[in-house]
Amino acid sequence: MGGLTSTSKGLYNKGKIGMTFKLPPGLALQKVDERIMTLNVGPQHPGSGHMRLIVQIDGDYIVACDPDPGYVHRGEEKMAEYRNYILNIPHLERPVIHDSCNVLYPYVLGSEEILGIEVPERAKYVRVIASELNRCIYIMYWLAIYGIFLGHSTMFMWPAGDRELLIDLMEKMTGARVTHAHFVPGGVRNDLPPNFEDVCLRQVNYFEKRIKEYAAIFYDNPILIARTRDTGILSRQDAIRYGTTGSVLRASGVDYDLRVKEPYDVYEELDVHTNVMKEGDSYARSKIPWLDMLESCNIIRQALQKMPKSGSVRTKLKPNPKGKGLDSVYKRVESGRGSLGCYIVSDGKVEPYRVKLSVPSFRNLIALPNLLRGEKLGNMPSVYWSLNYWPVEADR
Amino acid sequence: MSVIAPKFKLSEFIKSLLDNIFWIILLLVLVGFPAVFMILFVIPLPVIDGELLTPFLALTWLADPTRILPVVQAFMTTDIFRVMAFPGFGFAALLAAGTIFVERKMLAKLQLRVGPFYCGKFEGILQLMGDGLKLISKEIIIPAKADKPIFWAAPVLFVAAAAAFVAFIPVAPGWVVADVDLGLLGVFAVIGFFPIITILSAWSANSKFPFIGGIRALFQMVSFEIPLILSLLGVVMLTGSLNLSEIAASQSVFPWIVFLPVGAIVFFITMLAELERIPFDLPEAESEIVAGWLTELSGMMYGLVQLGTYLKLYAFAGLFVVLFLGGWNGPMVVPPFPAELLTTGITIGPITAGPFPGLPLFTQEMLNGTLMFVLKTGGVIFFILLPRGVFPRIRVDMLLNLGWTKLIGLAFVNIFIALGLLYAGVLGPGGLQ
Repeated sequence: MGGLTSTSKGLYNKGKIGMTFKLPPGLALQKVDERIMTLNVGPQHPGSGHMRLIVQIDGDYIVACDPDPGYVHRGEEKMAEYRNYILNIPHLERPVIHDSCNVLYPYVLGSEEILGIEVPERAKYVRVIASELNRCIYIMYWLAIYGIFLGHSTMFMWPAGDRELLIDLMEKMTGARVTHAHFVPGGVRNDLPPNFEDVCLRQVNYFEKRIKEYAAIFYDNPILIARTRDTGILSRQDAIRYGTTGSVLRASGVDYDLRVKEPYDVYEELDVHTNVMKEGDSYARSKIPWLDMLESCNIIRQALQKMPKSGSVRTKLKPNPKGKGLDSVYKRVESGRGSLGCYIVSDGKVEPYRVKLSVPSFRNLIALPNLLRGEKLGNMPSVYWSLNYWPVEADR
Repeated sequence: MSVIAPKFKLSEFIKSLLDNIFWIILLLVLVGFPAVFMILFVIPLPVIDGELLTPFLALTWLADPTRILPVVQAFMTTDIFRVMAFPGFGFAALLAAGTIFVERKMLAKLQLRVGPFYCGKFEGILQLMGDGLKLISKEIIIPAKADKPIFWAAPVLFVAAAAAFVAFIPVAPGWVVADVDLGLLGVFAVIGFFPIITILSAWSANSKFPFIGGIRALFQMVSFEIPLILSLLGVVMLTGSLNLSEIAASQSVFPWIVFLPVGAIVFFITMLAELERIPFDLPEAESEIVAGWLTELSGMMYGLVQLGTYLKLYAFAGLFVVLFLGGWNGPMVVPPFPAELLTTGITIGPITAGPFPGLPLFTQEMLNGTLMFVLKTGGVIFFILLPRGVFPRIRVDMLLNLGWTKLIGLAFVNIFIALGLLYAGVLGPGGLQ
């Protein structure tokens, strides 16, 4: 279509005498259909997040959807090239601050390999507990927004309130409520406070009891089921082809969880069950994270039981640690949204040569235009948010 | 306007008040009193209780309760009192304000939070007043390409239509603004205005999201009016009247919900849809179309629409009570008026109050009927508010499917039940009621 020239006849230059213009190669003028209405959903729309969806609708049906991320690009990867391995920690967790332990996990694993550090056994367990707690915190936030996207205000308030339980726990553990900066190369920043195991067990048990109540008001709600069943179906083949990860992939019937498939730290010693649903619709995609939370509670209980009761949690580092010459490493973990990878290249200096985050949000977003095509406008929020997408992470 | 707080000084505020009072008194003396006396020259004065009504006499009434009571009673029989104060707008607005407060606190309790808390001493009871003041003080922004006269008129029309709806609701025996024989038909006529006003407001805003919201509202209201009307036919058949006061009076033994539960359920669901309450709040679905047809409304225009919405909610709840729950009928719980207050007066210690010959402004029946009506309406409003905490929003196709197939079918079932009851002789002449 490149080089399309608009001549004097036609719709596009009516009234402009003798005006011809050449479009840049690769662009084509779009014919406007009278029936089609273009909606700009975002970035200042209550149903979009920090991004824009250009949605074309014909009546109540979505003809095309063009996601337009990039409104919150902060250059995290470039920033990482100017800071040493320790100073990179606080800003690399910024893309997903409510999942900050998991977003930092692959970077910490990778830099440990580059710097050649061994991690104490107890630190590995502490990391697993922090990571699972943080996964629950993330999913609760996600669930709250899913609730309000469906117009269910109780489901916005309950998870937002119950999330405080785990945030308090993380505050005891790390000293910060949201941005923990707890994982460092060589372990975790500080040891658990005294009596943490009992408090954690009690809180997690209560949390599990509480989220099981959500089924009655939300997941078994007939209106919710009627609204989200059979909407935005992502088949197993498509889910693999688009490269989706995490809950989206598992909701489409693919048994894929990095905690089981590529266990890192101490996950191989723990019994992790992968939740899989066959349907691949919005309902399955919204239920898998909830099942993941229940599974996280199990993992936390196991980790608390198997954790060494005492010992070091951090290997002492030299100031300004350096890599050993030209080296690169790719590590990935299962975050709240799916497999989150981090590729670190070192050239032997105190700063990494390149840090690349391979984020699950962007991979899940790729499926969105295909899921929304032909759907009703009322399904847009539920399908969009069921993809477990966090705009800030996709933009980095 | 926006910087009230930093420059506010109490002394200057009081000074401005005193200034205003001074100017008002000055204007009254220089313009008001001469104008009154000029008019008194021209107009013959009415004779009340054998005395000529002069301005002086009118002022003495303020100090004399025996003189002012007949005036108040005379005022209470006028239409302006009925429209503005008791069964009309003031009463409805008071109940609507109570509804908003109860809704916010109840929803907050359901969702494990506090709700309005700081405004006013007790549980944020003045929050609504604060919100109203905020809305009044906000700038009204009109979209540049809007059809301005219609866009301005739509919120006012909305409140006017809601107030007209309120006028049909009988609160107590004889206490109704518009006691017309075709009352129920009038109610349907007024309900028919709401989709028109909604689409006018939405279309005149010349914006995409209000337009979609307006179309959705149109779909929803028009398609739910049919089951709404059909569900009430059963009651009309059993009563043989379209007058809402007669329908309420006919339920002195049994409320119609006992015989027509199907119709009551259909009416309740259509009521939720007509009111755009959750789970039928599609025209205002915020995650899809921002705020639907309210998106471009700002400041007090939005406030007026909210006022109209809650007046409409009260009116629908009142209609449900009148048609299915027996209106003002109920056990007599209000004590009779103490008779000695009329004749001899009551002596409490050193003080003797009365006698007040004109005192019982309201009869015992009227007070009891109003109490029963308010209690029942409050219960219905509670059940209208409750789904907001429990259900998510449904979709347009599900909504239309519900309205056009299930509810219309159930409404016909209800009509057959009513006919069966009539022909079997259970109700009607010679029957129970």
